[in-house]
Amino acid sequence: MTEADTSARPRPARVALFTSCMGDLAAGGPARATVEVLEAMGCTVELPRGQTCCGQPALNSGYPAEAGALLDRWLRIFAPYDAVVTPAGSCAAFLHHHLGRLREPTPGQRALIQRTYEFSQFVVAYGAGLRLRLRGSVTYHDSCHMARTLGERRAPRELLARIEELKVREMAGCDTCCGFGGTFAAKFPDVSVAMADTKLGTAAASGADWLVSADPGCLLHLSGRARKAGPPVHTRHLAEIVRDALVPAEVPAGPGAATEVPA
Amino acid sequence: MTEQHSSALAGRERIRPDRPEWAAGDIPPHRRPLPLITRDALTVPTARPTHDRLAALNEQRHVGTWSPEVAELRERGAAIRRETLPDLEKYLRQLTGNVERNGGVVHRAATPADARAAIERIARENGVRLVVKSKSMATEEIHLNSHLTAHGIEVVETDLGEYIVQLADERPSHIVGPALHKSRQDVADLFGQLAGDVVSGEPDDLAAFARTRLRADFKAAGMGISGVNFAAADTGTLAIVTNEGNADMVTSQPRIHVAVMTVEKVIPRFADLGVLVPLLCDAATKQRVSVYQTLVNGPRREGETDGPEQLHLVILDNGRTKALGTPQEEVLACIRCGNCQIACPVYRTVGGGHPYSAVYGGPIGAVLGPLLGERPNQDSDLPFLSSLCGACFDACPVKIPIPDLLVNLRAEHERARPDARTARAGWRAWSLVWRTETGFRVTLAAARLAGRLLPERLLARLPGPGRGWAGGRTLPPLREAGAFRRWFRRREETRDRKENRARDRRQA
Repeated sequence: MTEADTSARPRPARVALFTSCMGDLAAGGPARATVEVLEAMGCTVELPRGQTCCGQPALNSGYPAEAGALLDRWLRIFAPYDAVVTPAGSCAAFLHHHLGRLREPTPGQRALIQRTYEFSQFVVAYGAGLRLRLRGSVTYHDSCHMARTLGERRAPRELLARIEELKVREMAGCDTCCGFGGTFAAKFPDVSVAMADTKLGTAAASGADWLVSADPGCLLHLSGRARKAGPPVHTRHLAEIVRDALVPAEVPAGPGAATEVPA
Repeated sequence: MTEQHSSALAGRERIRPDRPEWAAGDIPPHRRPLPLITRDALTVPTARPTHDRLAALNEQRHVGTWSPEVAELRERGAAIRRETLPDLEKYLRQLTGNVERNGGVVHRAATPADARAAIERIARENGVRLVVKSKSMATEEIHLNSHLTAHGIEVVETDLGEYIVQLADERPSHIVGPALHKSRQDVADLFGQLAGDVVSGEPDDLAAFARTRLRADFKAAGMGISGVNFAAADTGTLAIVTNEGNADMVTSQPRIHVAVMTVEKVIPRFADLGVLVPLLCDAATKQRVSVYQTLVNGPRREGETDGPEQLHLVILDNGRTKALGTPQEEVLACIRCGNCQIACPVYRTVGGGHPYSAVYGGPIGAVLGPLLGERPNQDSDLPFLSSLCGACFDACPVKIPIPDLLVNLRAEHERARPDARTARAGWRAWSLVWRTETGFRVTLAAARLAGRLLPERLLARLPGPGRGWAGGRTLPPLREAGAFRRWFRRREETRDRKENRARDRRQA
């Protein structure tokens, strides 16, 4: 379990955003929302230009050497930062779990992974000063890697619970796989889609306005299915919900103009 | 002929098997690709009801979570099951010595053919015409039933679930619940065909039907064949757990008892059963302990009133020892509870184990299957039939890291398969391009261009992963590729301009 215990530490000053390849390619919205929330917390967010992908797709497809090469690059690019935050729960889990399986990490690399956070982990750890309010209801889909590999089920729920006026309606089988599974979605499209239908069905049955998750992969898959033929379920990334819930007074006046929020 | 025909199977010729692709026996070497088999499996009428039953079971049992007491057993069980792996042969020799001392005969079988030949020889030498069996996945592995039948020996499965799938001429769809893919009504229909009469679908009636028919066979059979859940090296004890008591009958009524185990079933000590039996029962059926535990310590001795005259133990390898000393050896810790199968959303969605087209379906099958294949690369594609969600690992009572093992096997498959040249070149190119900032930017620009210029209908038809994706889902909005970076850069530029202006004002 790699839940971050950061209660005693000061908020990291230089925070790097790890967009994830999916964020760059097709899920920019969650990345943008992450930046806006982190800035509302008073962080200076930097976007390391050289970042590409952590290597997960290659590893899971049977290409560990190719995955390792990208992982090495990731470790170099993000080394200088006080903290790394990503809106992709699965990528955070990959980094935490597979670094030791693909490489023999140095103490410095281990430390870098220890300060690499999935979005909700970082906000729960350092965003106590945020005021959040949003009317509506959500149901939270645990992405598999975030819940099981990273062991993080608590932070996203804690964050959602902090949003005033928001109702959280847990669905049956909230941590059942949605069928995305990276290349599984393309290799076994029919099984993958059938699993999406099950997930969308339980989400619809929860009666919530939004299906929320902390993983762009699951969300692209689920929203793609819902739009094409599935039950009419609206999906949203957790970071977007939190961004939408930021109480205006606490949104900084200008981009990057840090508002001091007591940590 | 001293033995009569099976009464349990009388009328079997009236049954019309409706799933020939699920039949027991060897899977053809060039079966269809798994994506096509699983696609078709989704359309089988029983698939959805099976999914719903298994999903409900998964929820009710809280599969993947452990009570504090069982969590402790789990830690100890995981350690015990790995204790034998560094020197498995030593434990097997110790077990062999003790089984022989108890009066049993031990047969080591490297391959399924060896095991089949050994069992058939025992049957032939003793003039056996009717065999009763209790549950054994090892005998599924060696396709024993069809082999014995071909040699004129009738075989009757006496575990209720196994009896059901035997009548339907199907492979077991689950390790512990072979007929989990059948509803009560399906079973009533099957029994009805066998009896040539209407059979009630009430559980008690179904059980009574099977019990009545099996009873006579226990008495008539010349040989009983059982599996082995655990074999204690220090005493030579063979432990079998059941809920129906059929293993007690199989191992005590016929003249000859043949127990079939695979090499990894050996455990160091008899006392370990105190951990492993309750752990297995919790994981398999959420029972504190099974209704029956059968402990076999040799054939009938002087002065004993029941038990077989002969006890034979067949120890099958079938590729397993190849895994020793490699990261894959952890799969040999498995205690065959079937919990990973219940936990697996892919297994549930495709309606159980049949579409895996191997002896063992589900996560454990995807890890074990490639090891057991007698043909090169047989079943090496099974590890891809998983979304790597990890529920199997949480559900494993002995903590086998199934997802990691699946990922390892995927790499082995890609290294070994002859037709992977394009895929290999593709991933290598991908890795080279994304190792540079420019390469990544070019990818984003190309994706954006494609998203802008090409209609989705065309994109969805291009070869590559997009085609698989687009069958049932809209494509991701590729025209937005790189949008986030542009947004971020514009904000930085605006901020820099503002800061510069502010600085200029201060200086002025």
